Parts: sequence; structure tokens; C-alpha cells
Amino acid sequence: MHSFTKDQSPWIPNGKEGVMSLLRPLLLDVVPTIQQTAALALGRLANYNGDLAEAVVKGDILPQLVYSLAEQNRFYKKAAAFVLRAVGKHSPQLAQAIVDCGALDTLVICLEDFDPGVKEAAAWALGYIARHNAELSQAVVDAGAVPLLVLCIQEPEIALKRIAASALSDISKHSPELAQTVVDVGAIAHLAQMILNPDSKLKRQVLSALSQIAKHSVDLAEMVVEAEIFPVVLTCLKDKDDYVKKNASTLIREIAKHTPELSQLIVNTGGVAAVTDCIGSCKGNIRLPGIMMLGYVAAHSENLAMAVIVSKAVPQLSVCLSEEPEDHIKAAAAWALGQIGRHTPEHARAVAVTNTLPVLLSLYMSTESSEDLQTKSKKAIKSILQKCTYLPALEPFLYDAPPNILKHVVGQFSKVLPYDSKARRLFVTSGGLKKVQEIKAGPGSLLQEYINSINSCYPEEIVRYYSPGYSDALLQRVDSYQPLAN
Amino acid sequence: MATLARLQARSTFLVHQYYFRNSAVDVFRKKEYDAAVKIQSWFRGCQIRAYLRYLHRVATVIQKCWRGYLGRQHYQLIVKLEFCTMKMNLYNAMAVRIQKRWRGYRIRKYCFNYFYLKEYLKAVSETNDAIREALEEFAEMKEREEKKADLEREEKKRDYQARKMHYLLSTKQIPGIYNSPFRKDPDPWELRLQKAKPLISQRPKVKQKRDVNISNQLACTSARSLPQSEILPPIDRKQCQGPFRDITEVLEQRYKPLEPTLWMAEPINELKMAREELRKQEWMRNINDNMFLPFSSYHKNKKYIPLMHSSSKYGPNSYGSQHFRDENPKKWICDKKFKFHEDRNVCLTYSLLYPHCLEQHLAKERKKERKKERKKEKKKERKKERKKSE
Repeated sequence: MHSFTKDQSPWIPNGKEGVMSLLRPLLLDVVPTIQQTAALALGRLANYNGDLAEAVVKGDILPQLVYSLAEQNRFYKKAAAFVLRAVGKHSPQLAQAIVDCGALDTLVICLEDFDPGVKEAAAWALGYIARHNAELSQAVVDAGAVPLLVLCIQEPEIALKRIAASALSDISKHSPELAQTVVDVGAIAHLAQMILNPDSKLKRQVLSALSQIAKHSVDLAEMVVEAEIFPVVLTCLKDKDDYVKKNASTLIREIAKHTPELSQLIVNTGGVAAVTDCIGSCKGNIRLPGIMMLGYVAAHSENLAMAVIVSKAVPQLSVCLSEEPEDHIKAAAAWALGQIGRHTPEHARAVAVTNTLPVLLSLYMSTESSEDLQTKSKKAIKSILQKCTYLPALEPFLYDAPPNILKHVVGQFSKVLPYDSKARRLFVTSGGLKKVQEIKAGPGSLLQEYINSINSCYPEEIVRYYSPGYSDALLQRVDSYQPLAN
Repeated sequence: MATLARLQARSTFLVHQYYFRNSAVDVFRKKEYDAAVKIQSWFRGCQIRAYLRYLHRVATVIQKCWRGYLGRQHYQLIVKLEFCTMKMNLYNAMAVRIQKRWRGYRIRKYCFNYFYLKEYLKAVSETNDAIREALEEFAEMKEREEKKADLEREEKKRDYQARKMHYLLSTKQIPGIYNSPFRKDPDPWELRLQKAKPLISQRPKVKQKRDVNISNQLACTSARSLPQSEILPPIDRKQCQGPFRDITEVLEQRYKPLEPTLWMAEPINELKMAREELRKQEWMRNINDNMFLPFSSYHKNKKYIPLMHSSSKYGPNSYGSQHFRDENPKKWICDKKFKFHEDRNVCLTYSLLYPHCLEQHLAKERKKERKKERKKEKKKERKKERKKSE
């Protein structure tokens, strides 16, 4: 009977109340195997669907489970912890219900059990409960789970390590105080040691835990760095598993974004090159943290931005910008390029040389791009243009740009042309002067001033030659000309 | 009278002449007066003018001297000022030169060192290259390891298959499947089959597949952590033959809790354990662990301290009484146990010191001699027996 329910449970999600009322007395059965399989059946039901999990809670089964968790053997404990996990994973209210019936203390007691399976099930349940919000995490921490989780991490079983690392990650992600609690127990040293483990799922969880810790404040990030993760973390960027790469670049990003000194540290260990290669080797959302990391490093100071340029990151970013189909990744790449190019003319030149500015412009102008993408590309273009003195890259802008960007472009020309004769010549021969004459600007506006300053660099005849309608004027003169009668 | 008449005739003329002369004088008087005035005024004017000229000259001289003095003073002031200004300009110019050099130096050395930045960027790019190489090597190494692991797995699988199919090996009479007579050389499987060790047809210990079991559903896959209970038969299987007991009865019987008899329910050393228990409880309640002595033994408070010689765990030390060789074998001169010389003189001193030991020693010697004699006798007997048997 119980095996029947257990086998069929994934396929009968309806009739919840009936099932619950059937399963509940089985939990109190004399035979231990029946109890265990009943608990397992409950767990699978709750796992399948949130409504069923709610039915489990409403059916008052949880207090019974919690009570018997403390007393029964390890198989039952595993099954009961599985039920708690399955119920707690769907929503914060259900997790709160689990906390309210006092399950946390018993789960923490299970964490001290000898059997690794029991520990794993308990840690998994705690992790799922703590995942939802900060109050639940705080409740888990108050129950004293964190030191035991750190002990679990040191156990030899890989599955237990994984689950404990993921639970620590879920606890520390909500607030700095929780992360500090996790750090105070000495979790960082153990997590840092496990980066070298060959199992990729374990590495995912460990890197995710470290990045959740490091993201909150400078002190926490410094503590993570002090655990000597660099340059070992860079080997994780070369891992076969995509999510390991993603989590490793997330970790590096969280560390780099706090202060220039931390970014400097990362640059000095060659992190920028590793991240650039990592970006080149993957696609889609996996790239996103790496792109953001480059942006953060470049944003701190111009020397760091120069270091980013020297590591050949700009061509990679422009490839991302043009290749990626998703808007948020493009927006991130545009932002990163803007941060790199905004410092000095050298930086702007490095960005402009790779022909990214027309791509940025097209993204800004296209109606399909999201608002976020448009604002970011506009900011990037503006900040790069204000420093850009590389005229071959600016010339296409004269033709395509909308007026608010055009004014910056023309402004740049007006700054460069008075001092550079070769540039002037090139400007004329490439048709730029002609285009500038064609621009209509309101008198007295900034644009008109720039146009005037450009025109003042050239002799009048040339300016008149290129002004629109000059050929008509000349022809009119030809018509009205009376040749001298001989 | 004529003269009178003439005088009278001339009298009017005289009067007129007198009047005329008087008036003429008056006319001229004015003119002369005016002329005199003019001359005098002119002369006075000249005088005054001369005097004024003189005064002017004198005043000019005075003023000239005074103005020269003032001007010279002024000039000196100006010169001083100019001099100061010139000096200050010079100093300023020199200070500007110094400051220019210093500011350039300071910025270049401390605030922004262009060459340092260049070096730094070069170092960064070198580190990047090194890291890239290292990471590539690492990736290659991993790939190689994976490939190796894959190959090994393949090999193992093939080997296992060969062991299972060992019976397909070709014999002298019958060529096997893989050794077809139409082929030039046998299939590689044939060679593999030849090398493989035949699999014993027991249940292979390699993998135990527990299909429908609780372990599949729960997270922990550790082999020891789940009950190895037999699964119940699936429902839709055809009925097994034979009368079977009711399943509930069977389960009841199987999982019946232990009901030991009263004799067995209590442990065999119940009494002893109860005594121990009692003792423990008493001990727990004791305030003072020292035994309560009666007052008659109050004066016997001296604790007896036994000899270390006799109270040590291993009894009295045999060194110094039984044997005199050093405990540490490394300090021995020769390896063999040396015997006491038969000569009693050597043992005499020994016997004087430790008479009882001498006796023991001699007794031992005698025993040994007897043993040897017995062995020799036995050997002789054996030899005789052998000779007899042959």
C-alpha cells in the first residue's frame, strides 16, 4: 500500500486533501519502513507542486514530522528532512510555516548526526529555507546552523560539501551582517581550500558562496582576498563547466567593484587577461559578470583603464557588443566601453580604433533596443566623444548622428582642427567640411559656434566653395555674365 | 607917448600874447608834463624791470638749485625703486626657473611618473601573457587527463566485455567468430579474448543495481545508509504458485518486537551491576573521598611508603643482582651470552657478594648440563633406531 502511494505519487497531484489524510496516519504507523515511505511520498508530493506543499502544511503534518525527527532512526530523518525541504522551497510563507513549527532546531540537531545522508538532507532543507529572504536566513543563523554547516563542509563526502556550500551561499547573500556571521565562523578558509577540488558542481557552489560574501562590503571582500584565492581562482575561469566560469567571474567582479586597490590587485595578478579570455570562450549570460568586471575595473581610474586596454579587452568587448542577441548583455558591454573610453584622449582613441562607435550609435538609434540599452549607449557615446580626438572615427558620425550627439562631434572637430594641418586637409578631402556646411544650426547656439570656429580654420574661398548652393550661385553668375564685346 | 600908444596897441597884443604864451605854455606844459611823465615812467619802468630781472635771475638761481636738489632726491628714489624692482624681477625669474624645474620633477617622480606607468603597463601585459600561457597549459592538461580517463574507461569496458564473451574464443578444432578462416588475420577482438581472464559466473560484484528502492529517491547515495530490505513483489505480476500466508501475518511475524522471558530480560550480572550502581550512587553522595578512620587509628597517620625496589610495577630490578651486563644491548662488547668461567676463583668474589645468586646460578648450570646429556642420549637412540630400521 505504501509502496503503491510512493510509486504513484508523482502522477497523482490532485485530490490533495484525500492524499494527505491517507498519508498522515501512515506516518504514525508501527512499522518503520511504512513511516519512511510515507514520509518519502509526502516529500515527493510537496516537491512537485506548491499547492500540494501548502496542503501538507495545512494538514498539520509538519509538527508530527518535527516531533518524530528528533527521535527516529536515520532513514526516517532523511525522509522527514526531504519533506521539509520540499515544502520550504516553494515560497517564503511556506518556509515561514516550517520555521514556526520549530523545525529549525531539530534540523540543526540533525546536522550533528553521524550519518552523512542525514546531514545532507538537513543542510539542504536549511539552505532552501534561508534562500527566500533575510528574516528566514536570520532565523536559520539564530538556530545555530552556521558552525555546523562549516563542519559539514570539511566532511569527506562531496555531496555533503556541495549542499553545505550552497546553504552557506544562500545564508550570506541577503545582508552584510549575515555574511559577517558566516565569516566569523571561519568559513572563508575552508571555502578557499575547496576551490582546488576537481568536482565542478562543488566549485560552482563554493565560488557562489564566496561571491555572496564578498559582495557586501570592502572589509568582507578584503577578507576573501586575504584567503589567497588569487591566482587560483583564475584556473576556475578555464574550467569546462560554464557555470563555474560564471561564478568565478562573478566572484572577481564582486571583489573588483569596491575599491581601486582591490582592482589593482586583480590587475597585478593577471586577472583581466584571464577574464577577457573567459569572455571570449563563452556565450550569453555566462559572459555578463565578466563584462561587468571589466567595466568596474576601468571605472576606478585611468591607469586601471589603461591596464584593461593593454590586456586587449576592448576588441573582445566590441565583439560582445555586436554578437550578443540579448539587450541587457549589450547594455553591459556598452557601459563597460564607456567606462574605458571616458578618461583621456588616449583611452578614447583605443576604443574608437576598434570601430565600436558606429555600433553604439546604431544601438542608440534603433527602435528595437530597450530603454536601458539606449540610455547606456548614449552615455557611453557621449563620454567617449568628449575625449575623442581620433578624427577618422569621428567622421562617420557627421553623417548619421542625431543633433544632440552631432553637437559633441562638431565640438571635437573644432578643438582638433585649429592645431593640426594634416587633419584639416583630410577633413576637406573626405568631404567633412562639406557636411559641416550643410548642418543647419540655430544662430547663437553652441553648434553654430563650433561651426564658425571650424570655418575660421579655412580660407574663405574653400568655405564658400563647399557651402550648399554654391554651384547654383556660380551658374547664375555665368548666366548673368556679359562677355566683353571685342 | 608914442611908445605908450605903441605899447597900448601892443598891449592887447601883449595880453593876447601873454595869454597865448601862458596858455601855450600850458598846452605845452601838459605835453611836456606828459612827456616828462612818460620819460620818467619809462625810466622807472626800466629800472623796475631791471630790478625785476635781477630778482628773476636770482629767484631762478635759487629755484634752480632747489629744484635740482629735489630732483636729485627724486631721482635717487626712482633709482632705488628701479633697482629694487630689477632685483625682484631677477629673483622672481630665478624662482620661477627653480619652481618650474621642481614642479616638473615632483610630478614626474611622485604624482605621475610616465615612465613608471609605462613600465607598469608593460609588466601588466607580461603578467597577462604569463597567465594566459599558464591557463592554457592547465586547460590542456585537464583535457589530456580527461581523454586519458575516457580511454581507460573504454579499455575497461572492452576488457569486461571480452571477459564476458570468453567462451567465443576459438579452439584448435573450431575457429571462433572473430577468427574467421577467410580473414587474413584475426579480428582484434580475438586477441583481446585470448588475453582476457574468464569471468566467474557468479553474481558480479561490480555494480549492484537497486532499482525500485528508497535510495533512488533520497539525496544521499552512500551505499551503507539505507535499509537493504527486500522489496515487495509488484502488483501486476502473475500470482506465484502455492498457498501463501497472509501478508500481514508475515510482516507481523517478521517485525515482531522482541519479547524476552524474564530470565533473559535481565542481564546475567544483574546483581553485580546493581551493587556497582549502588556503590556509584553512594560515591556520588560522598562529600569527602577519604575513608573514615576510627579514632583508635588516629595516631596511625603515618603513611607507609614502600620500597621502590619492591613496589615498582615490574618487580625488583634484575640488573645488579641477576646479571651485570648493561641494559642497553648496544653497549655490549660481544653479542653472545657469555658463560661464567668454570673456574671457581672467578666466581669467588661474585659468591662473596651474592651468595644466594651463586647457588641459583650453579643450579641452573647443572640443569643445563643434564639437558644436554639427555639430548645426546636421545640422538644416540635415534641413530640406533635408524640403523635398526635400515
